[in-house]
Amino acid sequence: MLADIFNWFTHLENTKPFALVLFFITFVGIIVYVFSNKKRNKRLESYKNIPFEEKD
Amino acid sequence: MSATSQVSPQSYNYDIVKMFTIMALVWGILGMFTGVYIASELTWPILNFDTPEITFGRLRPVHTTLVIFGFGGSALFATSYYVVQRTCQTRLWGELLPSYTFWGWQIAVASAAVSYMLGYTQAREYAEMVWPIDILIAVTWVAYLVIYVMTLRKRSQPHIYVANWFFIAFILATAILHIFNNMAMPVGLFSLSSYSLHAGVQDAMTQWWYGHNAVGFFLTAAFLGMMYYFVPKQAGRPVYSYRLSIIHFWALIFLYMWVGAHHLHWTALPDWTSTLAATFSILLLLPSWGGMINGIMTLSGAWERLRSDPVVRFLIVALAFYGMSTFEGPLMSLKSVNALSHYTDWTIGHVHSGALGWVAMVTFGSFYHLIPRLWETEFYSKRLINVHFYLAVVGIILYISALWVAGIGQGLMWRAFDSYGNLAYTFIETVEFLHLPYFMRTLGGAFFVTGIIVMGYNTYMTIRKSRLEKAEFEAKIAAKMASAQ
Repeated sequence: MLADIFNWFTHLENTKPFALVLFFITFVGIIVYVFSNKKRNKRLESYKNIPFEEKD
Repeated sequence: MSATSQVSPQSYNYDIVKMFTIMALVWGILGMFTGVYIASELTWPILNFDTPEITFGRLRPVHTTLVIFGFGGSALFATSYYVVQRTCQTRLWGELLPSYTFWGWQIAVASAAVSYMLGYTQAREYAEMVWPIDILIAVTWVAYLVIYVMTLRKRSQPHIYVANWFFIAFILATAILHIFNNMAMPVGLFSLSSYSLHAGVQDAMTQWWYGHNAVGFFLTAAFLGMMYYFVPKQAGRPVYSYRLSIIHFWALIFLYMWVGAHHLHWTALPDWTSTLAATFSILLLLPSWGGMINGIMTLSGAWERLRSDPVVRFLIVALAFYGMSTFEGPLMSLKSVNALSHYTDWTIGHVHSGALGWVAMVTFGSFYHLIPRLWETEFYSKRLINVHFYLAVVGIILYISALWVAGIGQGLMWRAFDSYGNLAYTFIETVEFLHLPYFMRTLGGAFFVTGIIVMGYNTYMTIRKSRLEKAEFEAKIAAKMASAQ
């Protein structure tokens, strides 16, 4: 069973679309995470001030 | 939310930042001068003087190594060590290890340059170092990674600022690229020669996987880290959109790794690999321009700074060149365009619009911000910063336009046929055609190197001024103490 799974991964015609779907879902997930929630948006945007929290 | 605890700037390790900053300028001047010299050799071949050590073939990797690893690498060590301390509000981890990274890196760069002149190379572009130097670089780089990760781990600030994401991605990716591309079997323990562990087209593929990702992670991601700290600081306002910077980071990191094979269009590489690389190269335009817009829009509402502040001008022009070269790159990765551009000087022009326009300009801007803060004084001459800016811009424009003419002309001449189906031009005719553009390129390079020499002088005088001011201050304190007694 495990050997079959490994064997499936050795075929480029399987791994290429698999990788594409995997990375695409991850990327969409990041976009949703970054833009979907107003409270989170505010928190993320607050980090832009980090370089100004210190005197030169 | 961000933390409010602060660490005094006096407790940061600025000595290591100062050392790398000075060496970046030293290597920059030497490397760019070497570039102008080899450009002159192409224009006037007599300058080879029949001396093997200074022929174009040997000096070319000296130039690329000194500017990419000497100038660019030292600038990245300096700015990343500075940024990680300031945005994490903690001192750099380790006392001896940062010094080791300095000496390890400087010795690697210097010994690589000397070895090329003596004829020792493993003939892999941007990775010509022979195996003992490769090992030194690998060890130094792992030390760099350890210092960076340990500093992040002991940060006072709960959130890791986005500039550090770019720096850490650059450090990790460069380690992987360097190790896998340089896997080789030495001919003997006391021989500098080695055989690559890869062979044939896989070897070429590995080389350009390394080569393009060196551009992507060393010359792009890392300098974006620099941009995300120094542009907001110099503009005096936070980055335009922090959320856009997150998307910029993940999209760039994901897409870059796939594109190396566009350097091998129309070769023995399988066609699907080539097409895949071209597709991802086109996709790369989106994060690249997203990042550029994020950087430039940081100045939104303060555009007048472009008129009054030459440092802001350096940084914004760098971003404009970043946008331009990341448009030109995907264009050249299209197979049909590449059929014309490949093996011509257009490629060299494209590389330099990125290397001079983006990498060097953003470094100059960042250094002009950094140096007065490191040595706690004003810059010696603002006028010289302006002079440097105009010398650099004129130099870049001359350089890249000359090589557009050279490259596109060369490509068109190679593929021209007469009505009988014979080649319209002999090879030597294409070489003769190149003479004038090569001269213009040399002139552009001379402008640019004059600019960095001006910066070197301005920096030297600034450090001197800082020392004088300190001595004066100490003398005043001593005089006050004496009069009080």
